[in-house]
Amino acid sequence: MEQAQVLEKVIAILKPFVKSPEALATVSMDSLIVKDLKVNSARLVDVVLEIEDMFGIAVADADADKVKTVGDAVTLILAGKK
Amino acid sequence: MGERDQRVVVTGLGVLAPNAHGVPEFVRALREGKSGIRFQPHLAESGFACCVGGIPEGIDEIAARYLTDEERFAMNQNMVFSAIAALDAWSDAGLARSPVDGDVDWDAGAIIGTGIGGIDTVVAKLAPKVDTAKVGRLGSTMVEQVMSSGNSARVAGLLGLGNQVTTNSSACNTGTEAIVDAFLRIREGRAQRMLAGGSEGSSKYIWAGFDAMKVLDRRHNASPAEASRPMSASAGGFVPGSGAGVLALESLASARARGARVYAEIIGGYLNCGGHRMGGSMTAPNPTGVRRCIQGAVAMAGVLPEAIDAINGHLTATFADPHEVASWSAALGLPPAKMPLLHSTKSLIGHALGAAGGIECVASVLECFHGFVHGSLNCEDLHPELAAYADRIPHSTVERPDLQVIAKASFGFGDVNGCVIFRKFKS
Repeated sequence: MEQAQVLEKVIAILKPFVKSPEALATVSMDSLIVKDLKVNSARLVDVVLEIEDMFGIAVADADADKVKTVGDAVTLILAGKK
Repeated sequence: MGERDQRVVVTGLGVLAPNAHGVPEFVRALREGKSGIRFQPHLAESGFACCVGGIPEGIDEIAARYLTDEERFAMNQNMVFSAIAALDAWSDAGLARSPVDGDVDWDAGAIIGTGIGGIDTVVAKLAPKVDTAKVGRLGSTMVEQVMSSGNSARVAGLLGLGNQVTTNSSACNTGTEAIVDAFLRIREGRAQRMLAGGSEGSSKYIWAGFDAMKVLDRRHNASPAEASRPMSASAGGFVPGSGAGVLALESLASARARGARVYAEIIGGYLNCGGHRMGGSMTAPNPTGVRRCIQGAVAMAGVLPEAIDAINGHLTATFADPHEVASWSAALGLPPAKMPLLHSTKSLIGHALGAAGGIECVASVLECFHGFVHGSLNCEDLHPELAAYADRIPHSTVERPDLQVIAKASFGFGDVNGCVIFRKFKS
């Protein structure tokens, strides 16, 4: 799966949790999930569960803790799919 | 902080009931005697003897208008009901919703109770995952949905409330207890504005235990609108209900300062417990406790019993109805012929448990404001012990433009009692 496709799916997963529609309109790989998109930090747990289900991968807690940007999530998924 | 002995008024109302959502619709439903009791197939499928109940209609569509996807993701039905009624009460009071990055109102709080709470979350989401060793798959929202204070906590976040925010619980007295506590808090000058009331979901897991106790009606599954029969000779138990009722209470000083519309004034409130003695138990009220509670509220109100125009009773349609009416008569020291008009909102919507006091106080305030007493359905065959009160129990709406004072009481498992006295507002 190409990076662009993964990015699109990650954005779809994040969308219901995003409290800044403006930031979502200009989202990029560098967007900070909590700070820029205003996702409640507690909901990162739910985002990771969605990622596991959608991409059929298992995300270790230590790896999940490192996800700060949208790009971090995309990279994690691409690595997990290998 | 303000001064003690503040006058407390009702400036906003929010109601999500089995027969109506919102004030205008609820007023119409009360006046028209509209029943919100319907056949509930899911109860029949689960082997309930009582297969009728009161559930607010169109809740998904309503919730989508009030709450974002992210908010609803972390809310069970009880929390959704509470939020809708609270947002309505706040808005009805003419108060603005603080944006997420806006200010906190340090003088506004919420006491919104629930009797049972988020048991649907426990059954449908929590237990299955934990019992199959999938704790890691629970997600982030379990605690906020199963914590007893989930309903009031969510409301605080939606509105930016900065005063006391809590969820009380005293079974079927919950909603009334919340209103009395919030009233006293404002009266003492500890808050300027409080949302107060109760909410209860409609989960079959909430209702099952009552069905097992055989305290729910089981004779009217084919005629739901006739199932809730408070004060009737043929009453065979209550009908389970659900929803939320929330009052926006405010110090008169605050209401005046912002030119708010005032529905009514709260002039008295009292809470107590019968101690499970003298005839009281976990499931039955000590009549002395009931009478002391009513008398406490009336004494605080400073009105003569004769000045009370109507009583919106607890009146659930169990064997206790005649005892309750006898307690009102004894507490007020009034013979049947001189009693206030007696009526039961539960005849329209069933018994909404922790939400009952909230919804029924909304009804009482609207009756006080508009000057009417709604009729009680299904008691044409009045219980023989209530024969002497027959002309005090209207079966259809009675217009009373001069109605000044209405008393509302709730009684709950645990032998707990609450009574609040509303008066038409006079500046």
